[in-house]
Amino acid sequence: MRTADVVVIGGGIHGCSTALHLALRGLKPIVVEKDYAGRHASGVNAGGVRQLARHVAEIPLSISSMAIWERIEELVGDDCGFDCHGTVLVAESEEELAGFRARVEDLHLRGFSHEELIGRAELKRLVPAVSDYCPGGVVSRRDGAADPFRTTQAFRRRAVEKGAEVIEGVRVTGLVRAGSVWRVETSDGPIEAPKVVNAAGAWADRIAAMLGEPVPLEVIAPMLMVSSRVPPFIQPVVILRGRKLSFKQLANGTVVIGGGHLATPFRDENRTVLDWSKLTASARTVWELFPVMREATIVRAWAGIEARMIDDIPVVGPSSTSEGVYHQFGFSAHGFQLGPGTGAMMAELIATGATNVPIDGLGIGRFAAR
Amino acid sequence: MTSAADLSPSYDLVVIGGGPAGLAAASLAARVGLSTVLFDENPGVGGQIYRGITSTPIKNGTVLGEEYWAGGALASEAKVSGAAIVTGATVWTLDPSLAVGVSIAGKARLIQARRVIIATGALERPFPIPGWTLPGVMTAGAAQTTLKAQGLVPDGRTVLAGCGPLLWLLAAQLLRAGVKIEAMLDTASRRNWLRALPHLPDFLLSPYWRKGLALLREVKAKVPVIAVDRLSAAGDGKLKEVVYGTGGTEHRLAADLLLLHHGVVPNVNLANATGAAHRWNERQLCFEPVLDDDFTSSVPGIAVAGDGAGIAGGTAAAERGRIAAIAAVRALKPEASVPDPQVVRQKLAREEMGRAFLDILYRPADSFRRPEGDTVVCRCEEVTARQVRAMADTGCEGPNQMKAFLRSGMGPCQGRLCGLTVTELIAEQRGLSPAEVGYYRLRPPVKPITLAELASLPIGEAERKAVER
Repeated sequence: MRTADVVVIGGGIHGCSTALHLALRGLKPIVVEKDYAGRHASGVNAGGVRQLARHVAEIPLSISSMAIWERIEELVGDDCGFDCHGTVLVAESEEELAGFRARVEDLHLRGFSHEELIGRAELKRLVPAVSDYCPGGVVSRRDGAADPFRTTQAFRRRAVEKGAEVIEGVRVTGLVRAGSVWRVETSDGPIEAPKVVNAAGAWADRIAAMLGEPVPLEVIAPMLMVSSRVPPFIQPVVILRGRKLSFKQLANGTVVIGGGHLATPFRDENRTVLDWSKLTASARTVWELFPVMREATIVRAWAGIEARMIDDIPVVGPSSTSEGVYHQFGFSAHGFQLGPGTGAMMAELIATGATNVPIDGLGIGRFAAR
Repeated sequence: MTSAADLSPSYDLVVIGGGPAGLAAASLAARVGLSTVLFDENPGVGGQIYRGITSTPIKNGTVLGEEYWAGGALASEAKVSGAAIVTGATVWTLDPSLAVGVSIAGKARLIQARRVIIATGALERPFPIPGWTLPGVMTAGAAQTTLKAQGLVPDGRTVLAGCGPLLWLLAAQLLRAGVKIEAMLDTASRRNWLRALPHLPDFLLSPYWRKGLALLREVKAKVPVIAVDRLSAAGDGKLKEVVYGTGGTEHRLAADLLLLHHGVVPNVNLANATGAAHRWNERQLCFEPVLDDDFTSSVPGIAVAGDGAGIAGGTAAAERGRIAAIAAVRALKPEASVPDPQVVRQKLAREEMGRAFLDILYRPADSFRRPEGDTVVCRCEEVTARQVRAMADTGCEGPNQMKAFLRSGMGPCQGRLCGLTVTELIAEQRGLSPAEVGYYRLRPPVKPITLAELASLPIGEAERKAVER
């Protein structure tokens, strides 16, 4: 019988990060991954490392994560392609800008200072290519972007170096209490461990169901497309609120266009079908916002499968029904930046029984109450 | 039809590719009344084999050979069949719901099909030798394209290298067009003969052997044919010399143009991007779609005909197109009268006869498919064989993971020039078969489109309202 201190279900950025931080605390985790690490959303997301425009409940996790991103190479031995040129939320009208102002003022009252309102001049300075009709926006200057697959693989590799085991191509089929431990049934035989982390992404509701705590999880597949190389013209990541857009130029000149338009996911087949009418909407938004992109070529479009909760914030913390089980899923299309910090927090919670990072409002119990 | 706006929103049958398979399929389906559209990205139909069939400036029938001119019948048959034949039309996506994304003259449309026949044919197997990216080195297929379409022939010192029936055919066509060929460097392994021998009787029953033998004689009479097991292109900024050798010897041959070719493989990009299942063909050393007897793929409603279904040549391609079209007619209009598919299958079997002999005889040697050292593998992203091998050694398990680490296959060609090489290199380093390593998962658009084209796509009213501010 295989045994471990913790079985982590799911080898995405969250599972790999939690495994690394557990190993750094001297525990022995086994990650069970049905495909390979980073196969889904963790490996193919837009790579935004963003504190900007987050739900208040996840801001503490996001800030603690940012501190790890800023020393990512020290932690995982790879710079993960992380660069830091800020994220800019562009306002497309005065009305929208007024709404942003209220949000930033509210955050400042709560003691969060990472979001900063900017006017037309600073917007033009940060994003010279943006169309003239935009009156300003919000910037989070420490934000940036990283290479998602490389990051997930770096966490996986360093976790293994520190004593974690990662089993790929193996599926969890059952979860039963066996005395003082959990018996995790897999397609490659059972594993016993006192603690279990459910970091199964778009498949996490099935794990939760094994524990008798069903959650309203929607399987989604946000679409992205990438252009051929164009001369460098923009450094920060640009996002919109009114229309769906995230926009960034990578160091190699290619431009990644996303923003949350959804493909149709087929999670049992690891497959997605793109919706070109929505990608057309993205193309039109870019056409208006960045005239310089009009003759750029789109070379590839894709979508990664992940989980969205109905309230658009993740499920993080102990199970409400099963002692020793922890949830870490449902990041609702914005979990990549949260990976490093949530893994550290989760390892702290598992190892010490408590954490200094507030995660109020993210527990699975919020769904039972409804 | 020349404009995207003229297209109907839906068709019974969308045929993608206007080579022999596509032309035969579209003709058959349209004649019995299926609303049929055929898209081809070239200025005219014909595919590679009959490229320029309606427009080539080469009027001397002997240069391109009688097989080429047989394409004319297919083209005129399609023209009068009632099918809409749209050239200059690039299909950039096809999904399992049979939505077809196509661009014509800078404008994009999404068309709904009830059945799709992919007839995107073959492309040349990557031939990654040292120096293959130098100006002055091109594929034999590219040279044949300019010959057929524009009547242009090389005028400098020209060397051909590689193996396979098409290389001999091109040599003969160039000679007939008055080109002097300095040498033909034959890379096929001598040992292939022994392995091919058991298939010789079938080959002798096929229509190919007389023609093939005649081609060999024609070329050998005028060009020195030299067996080589090492080959590279050398030059500073452009090709100056072809360097070749056997065993311990090394020779250098001054050249202005080196034409490379070692066989063709199915162009799987579109079928792959729809999610259709593919498998490794060890005899032809390539991936091909998994198809049933009607050439239907694992995605319902999508068939793959022609060389895209596995290499068998132009005449077989037409028969395959007919079989796929008969299946489409039977599904959509069962009362229509169609040829007996069994009869077509028998014709196809005759055309496919002798293929095994050719495949084995012209099997490209391992050393020419699995390069070493600094030889470039992925031209778009300039990734070398050494990098791919090293990454496989450090645990990178397959081509899709390799994309993330090295960006191999991430450029505009979407792996057409490196996919098989990357798969084979990973397989060799990891001691696995190419079947186990697998191929790139390809992403649409399978052909690049501009942001402006994508933005031009008409979308539903609800979507439009969301976009308007």
